[in-house]
Amino acid sequence: MIVYLVRRAGQSVLAVVAMAVLVFLGVYAIGNPVDVLINPEATQAQIAATTQRLGLDKPLWQQFGIFLGNAIHGDLGTSFVYGRPALDIILERLPATMELAVVALILSVGLGVPLGVWAGLRPHGLAGKTIMGGSILGFSLPNFWQGMLLILVFAVLLGWLPAGGRGQTTEFMGLEVSFLTLDGLSHLILPAINLALFKMSLIIRLARANTREVCLQDYVKFARAKGLSGRRVVMVHVLKNIMIPVVTIIGLELGSMVAFAIVTETVFAWPGMGKLLIDSINLLDRPVIVAYLMLTVLIIVTINFLVDVIYSLLDPRIRLSEMKG
Amino acid sequence: MSRLLEVRDLHTHFFTRDGVARAVDGVSLSVDRGEILGLVGESGSGKSVTGFSILGLVDPPGRVVSGQILFDGQDLVAGGEGALRHLRGKRIAMIFQDPMMTLNPVLRIDTQMIETVRAHVDVSRDEALRRSREALVAVGISSPDERLQSYPHQFSGGMRQRVAIAIAMLHKPDLIIADEPTTALDVTIQAQILSEVQTLCAEAGTALIWITHDLAVVSGLADRLAVMYAGRIIEEGPTSRIIAAPMHPYTRGLIESVPHGKRHGALLSQIKGMTPSLLKLPSGCKFRPRCPRADDACTPEPPLEAARPGHSVRCVHPHTESRIEVPTT
Ligand SMILES: Nc1ncnc2c1ncn2[C@@H]1O[C@H](COP(=O)(O)OP(=O)(O)OP(=O)(O)O)[C@@H](O)[C@H]1O
Ligand code: SF4
Ligand SMILES: [Mg+2]
Repeated sequence: MIVYLVRRAGQSVLAVVAMAVLVFLGVYAIGNPVDVLINPEATQAQIAATTQRLGLDKPLWQQFGIFLGNAIHGDLGTSFVYGRPALDIILERLPATMELAVVALILSVGLGVPLGVWAGLRPHGLAGKTIMGGSILGFSLPNFWQGMLLILVFAVLLGWLPAGGRGQTTEFMGLEVSFLTLDGLSHLILPAINLALFKMSLIIRLARANTREVCLQDYVKFARAKGLSGRRVVMVHVLKNIMIPVVTIIGLELGSMVAFAIVTETVFAWPGMGKLLIDSINLLDRPVIVAYLMLTVLIIVTINFLVDVIYSLLDPRIRLSEMKG
Repeated sequence: MSRLLEVRDLHTHFFTRDGVARAVDGVSLSVDRGEILGLVGESGSGKSVTGFSILGLVDPPGRVVSGQILFDGQDLVAGGEGALRHLRGKRIAMIFQDPMMTLNPVLRIDTQMIETVRAHVDVSRDEALRRSREALVAVGISSPDERLQSYPHQFSGGMRQRVAIAIAMLHKPDLIIADEPTTALDVTIQAQILSEVQTLCAEAGTALIWITHDLAVVSGLADRLAVMYAGRIIEEGPTSRIIAAPMHPYTRGLIESVPHGKRHGALLSQIKGMTPSLLKLPSGCKFRPRCPRADDACTPEPPLEAARPGHSVRCVHPHTESRIEVPTT
């Protein structure tokens, strides 16, 4: 198990480094930041001085080394717009995005798995067909359009929930969160649903397909032949087997949830990292863009690592073969 | 005293897109307490479906359409799921063909055994564990404590089948339905498991329905044989009688295709033709297109009738003579 964890952690570090190369090439090495940074009327000497100050006269690999060295120390540059370290600005927005993503994840798993299992147990019933129909909608309608529809129905027509913003926040374990106040919660519901719908549809379909497959297995029939209650057969024998693919997909999708949050945050004016990214792209605030990309990669890689650990705990076959290997 | 199990005119059909597959179409059989019945037939003849019907485990699109299944006098078809659940695993247990597939791959053996104990008796976890350990020892598994904490994939096929048998024996059931439990195993392990099951059942007074397509396996084990063809029983009687003097042309063909020491290397007589599709069965006797004795008298289909005391056959021209060569076993 330890060997497995160490090896898996090594892979994670490699992934982060690879992404750093891409980010560096994509944002720093292409085009000349001096053109953007400096006054167009500057003299040749001033340009040369700035180029030297930014280290842009050094060979590319040295520049990359400096970028990486700074990045390891948490220095991803200073925002042009805010005049403060880019990482600090991102980190201020991180809790809002993580809160949104976590609530959306809980919604999509908490509703998606039971609905999917139910539809899988009774694939030809009315409920099963309705659930599948709904999941096709959640899947195929564009995310921003679903968001606007939610605003139209629940904020504009019914007036039940606010259309945007984060509402009142409170301190919880050192983080600003919305879900502990009624006002904050009412602001959180619509964007969380918006972000959850796509994943929920995906999880419903996955859970349903796996439930149907697992139910045909001999071990489910054998479990029934032992005289277990239908409840125990489903809750233990079926569920534990379908959780393996579900956990995998959650791992893959949680990262993209953070990415998808860009759309939801823009539609609902949710003050998270995604909205900051869009604003920064509009203002050409490169350090913030870089900080966003690096931090997102770090989050995704960490999540995937944790998911693999959970996965190996769920599936004894992996745990053992990896232990030996 | 009533018999332990009496199946009367059971029909189990599968309602598929291509039509209705009458997998079990009028099966009647009975088992006494402690008796071993061999249920024999080619692949697709409906043996497994018969077994699943008794336990109420037929999956959609299949369902028991009509008939009676009397277990200890109680009708399981009329009783429905509620009555069945308390019998399953407790008074009627089942062992499946493929030991690689019958144990849940993500649950430890102890979990899978303890839940079986506690599904039927209200005992502590420790007591359930103690009974599980005992059951493993009884099927010849050494170091049971270690085994209990393992997962199925850490076991060989034969070992897994032993675990499945131990689970089936946990409540000392009145009846075990064993659906080809040795087919997937090595010949030596097959023989071991066969004799172990026989001993265990004899000790516990458990009756056994041993499903197989292999007459050689069951002839040394069963008290009586029931031969299935196309969802029907076509011959039924004491094992020794059927082996020595099979009356149905199909049974005779089956027996003569079993190799024996003496005729080793000689050409085995084969039943010509193929198992008919359940979706388009012939009229009259279902064996008619393959039968060397068929004539006009074979439509309509003959009933299963006693030809001798305790020996019934579904044929208008049954063999009445003994086979020329009686196998020495
Ligand atoms: N799920 C199903 N859907 C449709 N038809 C089925 C289904 N299960 C069984 N059948 C039908 O029932 C027939 C009998 O199947 P069964 O499994 O009882 O045969 P068997 O005698 O046990 O054969 P084998 O020796 O191969 O196990 C099959 O030929 C098939 O036509
Ligand atoms: S009834 Fe006729 S066709 Fe059927 S087995 Fe007997 S002889 Fe053959
Ligand atoms: Mg079968």
